[in-house]
Amino acid sequence: MSRSKDEIAAAIAADIPAGSYVNLGIGQPTLVADHLTPGSGVVLHTENGMLNMGPAAHGDDVDPDLTNAGKIPVTELPGAAYFHHADSFAMMRGGHLDVCVLGAFQVSAGGDLANWHTGEADAIPAVGGAMDLAIGARRVFVMMTLLARDGTPKLVPQCSYPLTGLACVDRVYTDLATFEVGPAAHADGGVRVLATYGTGVADLRELLDVPLVDATSPAGG
Amino acid sequence: MSATTYAGATAYDDALADVADGATVLVGGFGMAGMPVELIDALIRQGARDLTVVSNNAGNGDTGLAALLAAGRVRKVVCSFPRQKDSWVFDGLYREGRLELEVVPQGTLAERMRAAGAGIGAFFCPTGAGTLLGEGKETREIDGRLHVLEHPIRGDVALVKAHVADELGNVVYRKTARNFGPVMATAAETVVVQVDRVVPVGDLDPEAVVTPSIYVDRVVVA
Repeated sequence: MSRSKDEIAAAIAADIPAGSYVNLGIGQPTLVADHLTPGSGVVLHTENGMLNMGPAAHGDDVDPDLTNAGKIPVTELPGAAYFHHADSFAMMRGGHLDVCVLGAFQVSAGGDLANWHTGEADAIPAVGGAMDLAIGARRVFVMMTLLARDGTPKLVPQCSYPLTGLACVDRVYTDLATFEVGPAAHADGGVRVLATYGTGVADLRELLDVPLVDATSPAGG
Repeated sequence: MSATTYAGATAYDDALADVADGATVLVGGFGMAGMPVELIDALIRQGARDLTVVSNNAGNGDTGLAALLAAGRVRKVVCSFPRQKDSWVFDGLYREGRLELEVVPQGTLAERMRAAGAGIGAFFCPTGAGTLLGEGKETREIDGRLHVLEHPIRGDVALVKAHVADELGNVVYRKTARNFGPVMATAAETVVVQVDRVVPVGDLDPEAVVTPSIYVDRVVVA
């Protein structure tokens, strides 16, 4: 069986080392927060100026002065800290953030990321913090479906959409498989397949136009 | 010069009486958190036009920055994330070709203002290198990584919303409404801060002050 969004989020959560400082961006990757265990000591960073962000706020807990990067009301956990935007992004660029999880339109075998702009003539470009996160976090995980709605692969030899960052993605978690990409993985000839779900490496080779190295463990998938 | 406090019925208008046509206005806020709505409303009444607005977003709904755009006072928006579910005012004006847009990565936007406030001439930044937003910029490889040269963004006026100020102009913020406020407060010729209340000098814990009074020109309290 292929993985649901929640199963992908759970797999990402399981791969985040205990005690990490993590940014989950906006949209789908925020699902990862639901799968982090309380004992993991993972501290969530939100780009609009907070560490130790808590879950979404409801009812009387909603405070217009306390939102996440998606402008959704959130809560603070014990040990929270607030800071201004220049500090928040210094934390990224300065290499202090251990992991970020981002969505993507496309990821290349070499780890290039395209996730901010479709490049269409009438599209209004909006980058937010995506470029800063992509080049700043020590490890960049992408969460996406392996295929676009029209069936074309989103893991590609070279991105055709405008780039967010060069050679910045480390891992790609999809409904069908988990991949290791980027310069390190690419050095030995292609993208490493770490695990598959409801498909095999041979099937993935049919689907994808990038060389795959089978690195699945017998116990996996 | 320590800050001047504006209070009373016309406080917001009095604090913005001298904004000139063509001014570059730094507007705090991330979405509506930290958005200086009352100052923006006063700027609309004041009537300055041909403005360049620097802010993270390009207006939400029909109030605040969106209302300033709708009033036709803005020539150019410099921001990181104009397109949102509720940015219909910006979207319409942009599609009609009535607004110039410069999209800047969010951290670069903050750092360019920080540089302006800190007297830095320009800086090399890895964000955006090799992308559309790095095109046309001077590049340099530093420690094996491509960087682009980024220049400061300086405002004529900064409009900032904070929580509490003292009579000297020391300022504290509230939660994530802090966002761009402290950086913008360093980066403009005239810094106007709207607060929920003003307290006597000595009432703010000096260890807790986020924006020191040296940066603040005008404090506005309704």
